[in-house]
Formats: sequence, C-alpha cells, structure tokens
Amino acid sequence: MTPKMRWQAILVIVVIGLCVWRASYTIRFLSLDDAEKAQMAPEQVAALASKSLPLGLDLRGGMHLVLEVDRSGLPADEAADAMDRALEVIRNRIDQFNVAEPSIQREGDNRIIVQLPGLQDEERAKGLIGKTALLEFVPVEGADQIDLVFRAVDRALMDTMAAHGELPPLPDAADPGYQAALLTREHPFSARARYLQQVPFFPEELVPWAQQQLARLDVDALLPRDPENPLVPRVRIGWSEETLTLEDGKPYRALYVLSKDPLMTGTMVATAEVRPGLDEDNPNAPGVSLRLNRQGGRLFADYTGDHIGEQLAIVLDSKVQSAPVIRDRIPAGTPASITGNFADEEARDLAIVLRAGKLPAPMTIEEERTVGPSLGRDSVAQGVRAMVVGFIAVVLFMVIYYKLSGALAIGALIANLFALVAIMSILPTDPKPALTLPGLAGIILTIGMAVDANVLIFERIKEELRNQKTIRAAIRDGYDRAFLTILDSNLTTLIAAAVLWKFGTGPVRGFAVTLSLGIIASMFTAIVATRVVYDFLTVHRNVKRLSI
Amino acid sequence: MELFLNTKINFMGVRRVAFAISLVMIGISIISIIAHGGVRLGVDFSGGILLQVQSEKPLPAQDIRATLEKMGMGDAEIQQFGHESESIIRIAQSKTTPELATNIVKALNADYPDNRTELRRQELVGPKVGAELRRTATLAILFALIGMLIYIWFRFEFMFGLGGVVALAHDVVITLGFLSLTNREITLTIIAALLTIVGYSINDTIVVYDRIRENRKKMYGKSLVDIVNVSVNETLSRTIVTGMSTIFVVTILYFMGGEVIRDFAFALLVGVLVGTYSSIYIATPLVVDWQLSLDARRRSALRAASGRP
Repeated sequence: MTPKMRWQAILVIVVIGLCVWRASYTIRFLSLDDAEKAQMAPEQVAALASKSLPLGLDLRGGMHLVLEVDRSGLPADEAADAMDRALEVIRNRIDQFNVAEPSIQREGDNRIIVQLPGLQDEERAKGLIGKTALLEFVPVEGADQIDLVFRAVDRALMDTMAAHGELPPLPDAADPGYQAALLTREHPFSARARYLQQVPFFPEELVPWAQQQLARLDVDALLPRDPENPLVPRVRIGWSEETLTLEDGKPYRALYVLSKDPLMTGTMVATAEVRPGLDEDNPNAPGVSLRLNRQGGRLFADYTGDHIGEQLAIVLDSKVQSAPVIRDRIPAGTPASITGNFADEEARDLAIVLRAGKLPAPMTIEEERTVGPSLGRDSVAQGVRAMVVGFIAVVLFMVIYYKLSGALAIGALIANLFALVAIMSILPTDPKPALTLPGLAGIILTIGMAVDANVLIFERIKEELRNQKTIRAAIRDGYDRAFLTILDSNLTTLIAAAVLWKFGTGPVRGFAVTLSLGIIASMFTAIVATRVVYDFLTVHRNVKRLSI
Repeated sequence: MELFLNTKINFMGVRRVAFAISLVMIGISIISIIAHGGVRLGVDFSGGILLQVQSEKPLPAQDIRATLEKMGMGDAEIQQFGHESESIIRIAQSKTTPELATNIVKALNADYPDNRTELRRQELVGPKVGAELRRTATLAILFALIGMLIYIWFRFEFMFGLGGVVALAHDVVITLGFLSLTNREITLTIIAALLTIVGYSINDTIVVYDRIRENRKKMYGKSLVDIVNVSVNETLSRTIVTGMSTIFVVTILYFMGGEVIRDFAFALLVGVLVGTYSSIYIATPLVVDWQLSLDARRRSALRAASGRP
C-alpha cells in the first residue's frame, strides 16, 4: 500500500467517523418522544438540541409570520427609526410570551419575520404580535348621528342591491307581513339590527355580512362631514370587541358611531396591570387597570366634567372594548380600567401590549404559515417511511445491478446521509438551516440521485474492463475519466440549488440546502471513500475478479 | 448485470420524429394552460388563504361549503382526502383577515358540534407578497436557465449550452403542462421541483455532452452523427440506471410522502422522465442539427469564395 493510499484511507475513516458521531446527536434527539424529554433535565435536552439538526417549522409545528410595517402615515423623522422600534416592541411582547427559541428578524425595508416554533396557541400569538395596541378614548356620537349614518348606508345598499338585481320585489300592501317586508326592503341594513338604549346590535352571524357590505359601499364616502372640512368624515364606525347574549340566546355585537378624533391615546398611559374586580357586574373577571400620566389625568377630568351623561368608548386597535356612560367627573389620578369578558391570559396579554408600548406604525400580516404539531408529526412519519422504502428500493436495485460494487455504493450512500445530517447540524446558526418537509423530500431525492456518481464510475470501469484492461488499471481509469463528468454535472445542479437558495424562502431554502449539501457530500463519499475500498481490495487482497 | 451492453440504437436517425413528439407535447401543454386560463396559481402566488382541517369523523365537502356559504365564502375551493375527514379549503380573497382561518374552524365546530374539527395547517399570503413571489419564482427559473447556459458555454461550447437550455425549457413547459392537465396548483414547492428538474435534466445532458467531447477526439474523422450516436449509446446504461433509481424514490415519495408533498413528487416524476428523454432526444440532436447546418453554410461560403459552382 502506498503512503498516499494509507493517508487517504485514514482520512476517509476519520471523516466518516466524525460524521457518524455528530449525526448521532440528531438521531438521538429526534428519536426522543415527549415523555422521554420530560424525564431528562431541561439543560440536557437543550444541550442535545443545540447539537442536533433543527426541524423546520413545517415539521415540528409552529408559526411563520411576515409582517409589514406601514410607515406611509409617519413623518420622516419617525419613519426612519420606526422599524427598529417595531422590532423592539415585538421582541418585548414575545419575551413576555412563553415561546422557546423565537426568531425575530428584519427583512428588507419594511418587513419583519417572526418565527415561533412549537407554538400551541396561534390565535393568541397573532393577537399579541399583530396588535398595534393603539389605545384611544373616543367620544361616542348621539342617536342623531347614528341615524344619519344608517340611513346613508341603507340607501347605498339598496342602490347596489338594485344594480345587482338582488333587491326583493315590492311587497303587496294587502300582505299581512307588508310592514316588515317593506322595512327589510327599504332599510336592508338598519332593519337587521336590534337597538338597546339606542345602540344598534347586529346578530353575530350577520357581522361578517355587515362588515362586507360596509367595505363594499366604501362607507367613508357616506359618512357625514363637517362643511369646513369636507375631506374627512366627522365620524367613524367601530365594532365592539365583546358580544352580548340577548334573551333569544344568540350573541350580538354592537356597532358604535364614534367621533373621528379621540380624546386621547395610549401615549398618556403611564402603567398597565391586570386586576380583578374592575367590573361591577362581573367582579371575578380580570380587567386591565391603567394609570394615566399627569397631562392625561387632567384632560380626562376636564372632559368627564363637561360631558356627564354621554358615552366615552375605550377603543383598542379600532375595536370598542367598552363604552361606559360618564356618570360623574373623574378626578385626575383615578385609574381607568378596561374590562370585558377577558380570560386571564387575554387580560395579561392586553396589559403586556399596553406596557410594551404601541407599535410605531400599523402592521399587517402579509404572510402566515402555520403548521399544527399533529400535521408536523404526520409529515415526519410519512417522510421517514418514504425514505426507508425508497432506500430499500435503491439498495435492491444497486445490489442486483452492480452486485458487490452496488453494495459499496450503498455504503457510500449511507455515509453520505450521515455526512449530510452532520454538516447540517454544525452549520452556523444564522440563518439556521433546518430540516423542512421539502428538505426531507430533498434527502429522499438525494438517495436516488446520489448513486449517480457511483453509477458513472462503475459504468466507466466496466467499459475499461471490456477494453481488456487489468482490474487496477480499469479502476484507476474509471475513476479518473468519470471524475470530470461528475464534477460538471454536479456543478450545474449546485447552480440550480444556489438559485433556489437565493430566491426561495423558508422551507424551499431548506430544500436547497439539503440538495446542495447532499451533492457535495456525495462527491466525497462516492468518489474518495469508495476508491479507498477498491484500492484496498486490489492492492491488499489482490482480487482477481471484480464484482460489478 | 448488463442490460444495455453494446447497444447500437440510431438515436439521431429518429431525431425528426422526436422533435415532432416534443412539439406535440409542448403544444398540448400550452393549449391546456391556455384552456385553463393560465397556470393555476396556488395561494403562494395568487394570494389568499389555504387551510387544512381534520375532523374526527368524515365531514363531506358540501357540509363544509354550507358553513362557508353562511360566512359569505361559498366560492371556496374544497379538496378532500383521507375518507373526507381531512380537507384543504382554499379561499382566494383579496382581503383576507388573519382571524379568518380560526373563524372558519370555529364556525365548523359550531355547525357540527359532535364532529370536532382541528386546524392542521394554514397558509395566508397577502396580495403584495403573492405578486413578489410570482416575480421571484419567474426570475429564479430564468436565472437558473441562464446560469446553466453560461456554465456549459464555458465548459463546452456555446451551441451545447444553447441545446441544453432549450431542452430545459422544454422540460419545464411540459412539466407545467402536465400539472395543468391534472389540474394541480403551482406553489413555491412546485417551483423548487421545477428547479430540481432543471438541475437533474442538465446533469443528464452533461453526461452525454461530456462523452461527445471525449469521443470527438477519439473518433476523429467520423461524422458527427456517428460520434453522437456512439456517445449516447455508451452512456445509455448510466442514463437508465440513474434514471430508474431516481424514479423509484420519486414514485415512492408520491405514494407514501403524504398529501402535502404529493404534487411536488408528481412534478418531479414528470420532470425526471421528460428530462431523461430530452437529454437524449432534444439537447443532443439540436446540437447535431445546428452543427450540420453550420457546416453546410461554411461549405457553401467556402465554395462561393473559391469561385467554383
């Protein structure tokens, strides 16, 4: 054996050994079930997790959010650092929310990517992150304004229905239900509401309909305006956050006509905390107690003194939390409270967002991908099953076609898989390559494609053997001649993978990573490692016939 | 084992037939895409919302639709599998609210209280992101093709690069055509599949090109058609073995990989088959034809220059 061959053999054994050792962490970590994890010490699990290949959100379950910060309404100086503040605010909020390994990253000029793995309650998380937390105290308009708005909406709705041919025919005056039918026809919007102390309530099942109608009609154009400022409506519409169950047992939601300008906003809130007993009707329900700063307290006192008997709505992100009637002047320093049908955690979340501060600009969820833990588990199970069956199929095929050499190629393939897992688990953490579902598919595909290098080599060796070369010469020339082909063909696949990585997001990137690492690893395992075995066989064992 | 020992198939002799077959397949693909009103874009590209729900007991599509209709979303697409207990609901809406998915699940549970429904997956893509993803996906495929062209141009010759890239475009169009014929959606993972096909097909093509380059030196003086035929035959065994092993795993992935990955596996399956075919019957013959017509033009130019008839 030449010294070069010896060194090559040592190199191959060491590299493959290292890969197997490193990959064993991942195998151990992924084969643990929840019960076993619960038995281990948390730091032990964390240590194992950090050495393991992380699973992507689509396999372990979790939420991937792309938020867009709308900075268009901000003055230039605020817009400049709005992103940093938004990131800060979101980070603060998520820190107070119990999620393991959250990732919050800025992308581009006005996007934020939030990843919350293993999330249990996606609705709550979204509420917490996406809430602008714009708190406003807004005067509620009187009955005359409600009337004005509703008439306008009724008229406009009748027109659109007529235009779409959806308007019911004029009822017969002799009909017993004439009055009711006429009312629904002429007042398609307001006739569907019920009025409690002059506040209109819509049945919960009709709320999406009502919202759709309002959106369709472009309500802004219908709202009353002040003659001196005709561009902006004088009032706006707000739906209540809570529903109210009336005597028919059905939930109803209130629609408020609010003044356009708030009395004040959350910037005047000094502190916010969860407190029980804020709601007289429901003393056990938690509420959020707010303490206003000095300026806010004075403003509040003055306003309540002047508007006794009117309603003041507490509006959070355009939803009316409550709209109490002002009974008396409220002196400065009295804590204000937000009550409602809060569950404990809802009240806690509300206090969190009010404390963490409002977002500097409204945010919209531009993209969301959520995978429940059960689907993730199913995907892993199906993926692993497909992988095992695919692997067996390739093993049979290779061994039947190339006999012992085929077995050698399979050995190289196994080493390749270990190397792939090992490399992926030691890659730098940012951006952390995770094993995603397309990535898993990529591994399965790699099983099929990675044998290509060996197939090229074997076919070459066979050709050289047919040309009456000795076994050693055939192996040498087979490897040498196949090498360039393998390099050329693999490099083009790497180009495709690089493009995928550049343009892809999330799971697709995971696929690009597995595909390219699988190819790179196969160059080592299929070319270098198998060659060592052949060299050993031909030099040491002096094999006379090649099983290929 | 030797299945393809010393084959002497005249691949180049039937190249006109192959071109005709390919043109017909491309034609069918394009007609299908046009007849379907363009490629069918998934939520990734069209924007909208997709939710996958699972119920304890079968929940027929018309029941789900009844609930959706009450919510004003009767035009949703519902696709079911697993004996109607698992459904994918797709709502193409310009205005999707983040709460929509949970609201739909709540409504389903309210309407069918003795059949618990659970949200398994949700994908919401806003119109802006959808448009961006459309752009980047198109660019990705274009850049991949350009990248291949440049690489082969450097390693071989420009004509080979062009032949390879035309074959790739052929593979992509036919795969898109098959997706359209089977009424499947184009999603981000399908784009990943298309790029994988691009990688696989060019890989296959390069193996043949490589052998042509080698045999041109070895068989100096032989006609190009002969050289190419010998090269394709010599590499045929490898083409089939690798192709089969890849098709094995992709087929298994299609049947066993689960619903989420099925379309991806389908695209790969079509792409690997078409890609293997195109390496032999499109990428290589194109180079032959171009080279032959170039030679003919050179000869006639030479004749014209030397003044002989």
